[in-house]
Amino acid sequence: MNRKVIQALAETISKHVEHFNKNEAECLIQEFNVLTGKPTNSGRAVHGLDRGKFISVLHNTFGLTDDMITGRVFRTFDKDNDGIVSVKEWIEGLSVFLRGTLEEQIKYCFTVYDLNGDNAISREEMFHMLKNSLIRQPSEEDPDEGIKDLVEIVLKKMDYDHDGKASFEDFKKAVKDENLLLEAFGTCLPDSRTIEKFEGRVFQEQMEQ
Amino acid sequence: MGISLTRFAQWTTASSSTGKLEFTPMNESLLKEILHFVEHFSSQHPQEAEHVFEEPLQWSTILVASDFKTDYNISDSDVQSHEKDSEGHPLLQLSPPTVYVRSFSQLSKLLHLADDKKLAEVRACLEENREPMVKILGRSIASALERETLADVVSLADKMKEEGPAKDSEVKVKLFLLFQNVDKQIVDKLLKEISEPDMLNCKAVKNEVELFKLFCSKGDEGLLKSLQYTSDFEFSNGCRAPPWRQVKGEICYLVAEPCDTETLYITCSTDGLFLNGGIKQDGEENGYERTSDTYKDLATLLMSRSPHFAENINKEHLAFPLCWQHSTFQELSAKKEKTVHEQIQVLLYKISHRRTYEPSPRWRNLGILTTCGKTEENKTRKSSEVEKKSLTQGTKSKMKAELSASSSPGQQSFQKLKTSAGVLPVDLFSESSTESDEEEEQPYRHPETATDLPSEYWQIQKLVKYLKEGDQTATVLTLCAMMDFNLMQESCQLAIQDTGGLKILLNLLDTDKDKCKTGSLKILRKISHNSQIRQTIVDMGGVQTIVKILDSPVKDLKALAAETIANVAKFRRARRDVRLNDGINKLVKLLDCLPNLANLTASQEKDVEVACCGALALWSCSRSTKNKEAIRKAGGIPLLGRMLKSPLQKMLIPVVGTLQECASEESYRTDIQTLGMIKDLVRNLRSDNDELQMHCASAIFKCAEDKQTRDLVRKYQGLQPLVSLLHKAHNKQLLAAATGAIWKCSISQENVTKFQEYKALEILVSLLTDQPEEVLVNVVGALGEFAQIPANKTAIRKFQGIKPLISLLTSPNQALLVNVTKAVGACATDKDNMVIIDQLDGIRLLWSLLKNPSADVQSSAAWALCACIENAEDAGETARSLIGGFQLLVKMLSSTNKEVLASICAVICKIAKDDANLAILTDYGVVPLLAKLTNTTDDRLRRHLADAIAECCCWGNNRALFVEAGAVAPFVRYLKSKDGFVQRSTAMALYQLSRDPNNCITMHETGVVKPLIHMMGSTAEEVQEAAAACVRNIRLLFMANRNAELFT
Repeated sequence: MNRKVIQALAETISKHVEHFNKNEAECLIQEFNVLTGKPTNSGRAVHGLDRGKFISVLHNTFGLTDDMITGRVFRTFDKDNDGIVSVKEWIEGLSVFLRGTLEEQIKYCFTVYDLNGDNAISREEMFHMLKNSLIRQPSEEDPDEGIKDLVEIVLKKMDYDHDGKASFEDFKKAVKDENLLLEAFGTCLPDSRTIEKFEGRVFQEQMEQ
Repeated sequence: MGISLTRFAQWTTASSSTGKLEFTPMNESLLKEILHFVEHFSSQHPQEAEHVFEEPLQWSTILVASDFKTDYNISDSDVQSHEKDSEGHPLLQLSPPTVYVRSFSQLSKLLHLADDKKLAEVRACLEENREPMVKILGRSIASALERETLADVVSLADKMKEEGPAKDSEVKVKLFLLFQNVDKQIVDKLLKEISEPDMLNCKAVKNEVELFKLFCSKGDEGLLKSLQYTSDFEFSNGCRAPPWRQVKGEICYLVAEPCDTETLYITCSTDGLFLNGGIKQDGEENGYERTSDTYKDLATLLMSRSPHFAENINKEHLAFPLCWQHSTFQELSAKKEKTVHEQIQVLLYKISHRRTYEPSPRWRNLGILTTCGKTEENKTRKSSEVEKKSLTQGTKSKMKAELSASSSPGQQSFQKLKTSAGVLPVDLFSESSTESDEEEEQPYRHPETATDLPSEYWQIQKLVKYLKEGDQTATVLTLCAMMDFNLMQESCQLAIQDTGGLKILLNLLDTDKDKCKTGSLKILRKISHNSQIRQTIVDMGGVQTIVKILDSPVKDLKALAAETIANVAKFRRARRDVRLNDGINKLVKLLDCLPNLANLTASQEKDVEVACCGALALWSCSRSTKNKEAIRKAGGIPLLGRMLKSPLQKMLIPVVGTLQECASEESYRTDIQTLGMIKDLVRNLRSDNDELQMHCASAIFKCAEDKQTRDLVRKYQGLQPLVSLLHKAHNKQLLAAATGAIWKCSISQENVTKFQEYKALEILVSLLTDQPEEVLVNVVGALGEFAQIPANKTAIRKFQGIKPLISLLTSPNQALLVNVTKAVGACATDKDNMVIIDQLDGIRLLWSLLKNPSADVQSSAAWALCACIENAEDAGETARSLIGGFQLLVKMLSSTNKEVLASICAVICKIAKDDANLAILTDYGVVPLLAKLTNTTDDRLRRHLADAIAECCCWGNNRALFVEAGAVAPFVRYLKSKDGFVQRSTAMALYQLSRDPNNCITMHETGVVKPLIHMMGSTAEEVQEAAAACVRNIRLLFMANRNAELFT
């Protein structure tokens, strides 16, 4: 992909995507190309990051280590569900991932946590996501007792309509009330230091070129 | 006496047969008992007394032949008794220095003769006859006596009956029984003496041992490796030492294995604890000797022997000296079994927390904390896991089993552990005492007993457990759940502390997970409203951790950390920690924001929020003098000045709060004025927030000591809002600040004129009653300034202010008294006011204030008296009527305070205008005292002293007395003073003195004339006249003398 094509692509994308200007979009496209590793000329062919590659990016670049969560993040980035994160999906995803407003990030996190996509996080989903968050005491009568307890704690905080699950509205309300609940079921956003480092590297370096 | 002698007597060297009896209290009482027994033996048991000993008791006596009287054959130095045994041997024989005695009757006679040396005789006898029983009764019976079995003796006696004369053996048996009886009595008595005070000590030792046993572990993290008794058997009296060592006050023996030094063998005795020769099991005779100093408790001994122990003991947060409260234990143990289990559970939790200060294993897995060495880590993990197992399994049954297996001492020690848990070593650090320290550190609270624990306690305990075991997600969730508790409620705050949550919250601050830090700080900022928590945070070194977060790039975190510091820094030690960790600099940096921009971006708004929190923290910190200095050095004042322009109340309150706190320092007052902050302070006086108004008024109060500041307040129209604040009489703090500002501002007369326009005086007078002292001080101070203007004196009377003023003269508050006397003095210069003051007995009240211990009150009262005496109708008589009043005045001339002396001189000057008064003062010896003061260099005192002397000259031969006492020479120096008042008063005084012709010679010789001639050129007519008259007097005398010489 030559520079002109990239610039044109960046221009179109930056018009649709919030938070990134044209230059930044261009940088992200170039980063994307580096990551995909095949400098193709044929812009037509669908290319992008497959699941494995994307997850390793999350792991190495953004410090997200929980396999279950990274899998979900991939599904969230891959909006058209074709098993590949395209360049457009990449930039759209990063827009929320790196610079999203609270509102956007609530939506994003909720999507990650809503495992079956029924627009609600159920008890079972919560349990599934939290099951590794406490050290299990194999000697205890019920090693899951702590996890169950945590689930109840979360539900108590989120389930405003008392239907035994957290709907999107519930989730939004709870997070707005207490921002710490944004990543209630597992880390799915990079922390501020990581963002700083990534942006510094990608935007700075490529600007200099 | 067998046992009592062999077991109890304390010999110097145990093995030697010629040992000496040590001079110990035990031996003394033993000897006395024996002496008593022997002395009364012949009268109580005449028959047995005649019994002839098997062998004579022999010892070297200090008695000589001359001591013996009748009944004895005395030849040279030898003595023989008349009494002889059946074979004709004398029963007593003395061949100096040795004496041989063969019966009790002779023994008691001898002791009788020895008189006051009898104790020494008994001592010598016992020392040289180590087996008296054998000599008296013969070996066979004596050995039976040792064994204490009557059967043996009886059978022996039977045997002897067959062998020897019946009577003899009967007597022997009787003697034997007697001895046994006495022996028992003595032993009982001695044991009682020893063991009575022991009972408590046994318990104390036991408690301490049980306690330290809990802190024993094989690894390095314990205090000791092991601590054991040498004997498992415990006597009914609580001792473990064998009875024959018990009589020496020894209680038990311990074997302690410290982590860093060799094994210690310890003897616990009533006198204290010391190391012994190495008793591993009881019964080894040679190990009992003391080989070290004596220590008062086990902890001190171990601390001095084991550096490791000493170092760690403080970490374990134990109290020294360990003082146990036995009663509490007994109460507690009386409670139901179930509650005891709960308590123990809580306690075990505490122990486990103490031992595992490191964060939970999960955190460690994440590689967050890598400070501790790997090996140690593993060890602690293992041990903490073991502990946890026993705890978290929740198997109460197991606990129960353990409990029932362990007897009461174990249980007891748990209780003790609990009570001591909250106690920390006293903080020895002390900072400058000038600080305003509104919060004293409180004694550490003893955690509540389990029965009183609220349900929140158990819920919080569970959450704390999740905090320890959870990863980031679980931790954040748990923190959120914890926030849902009412964290302002003390029971929740203390539950977090007691369950070890506080330590974990602080540990979370050391991680690099912002979310965890945020959550933790959100809790800390709430619970740190509790003073116990604050102290614990400081003790755990939390201040350092929190201060570090001020450097975080995350603004929310900075704000939260600053807010927490604002709460924690309520006491001195915390403030010091903030300063020492460079916290002041960091906090000052937070202040850098754009406070008065209209349209702030989100990020700028955050900056403002951070700055507000920073100001809050600085406000708390600024209560320490050194911190004020640090804030100034960090460049905080201009930043505070910039924030002062903000329209936001939440920003203004901490900023003004800090400023008014710091305005106690001169440097701040200057900066506040020069940086133009007065304008903003005045502007905010018009705010609608009481607190803000109060701080502004208070800042003005402190700054208005300076004239320019007072003028600025007027210039910016600050006087009117100050007066209008007086209407908020319900808010006493606000009222105190406002009246204070009015007082200081009214020092400038222009301001008083302005205040009059706003009718301040009337309101101030109305505030003279029913107000707290801090308001009264300021109100009265202001009235004192107002009353400098004549019109206001009348006004105060018209508003009926005199009466309340006079009634305040009886207040015990010294600051108030200084102001009241000043105000009364100012009012008294108005004749009409003086009439009222006189009616209300004001003079007497003022006079009695001369006895006040404060010099300020004394002088201020004296000045007021001057004004009163000058303006009262018949003041002279009133003054005379005060019993002891003049004496008091004269006595006060010996004060060391110059202001007091000046004021008293002024009073004397006023009083002495009345001849009768002057006569009395003279009688009380006022003249030499005044003359003695003339050497002063203080112009104010000189002036009033000269006035007083001038006035006192008018009686009897006082003039001559003054000159005799050497008052003239200093006056010559006074004339050189640049102070016009001093010159004037001195000239008058010299004139008065010169009226006695005899004085003129001295005055002339002292060189008075020349400076006086200078003074005749003074512009003041009075001075001219006095100087001229004085010179004239001297001149006249000179002329008269010459004439006399010429014509005789």
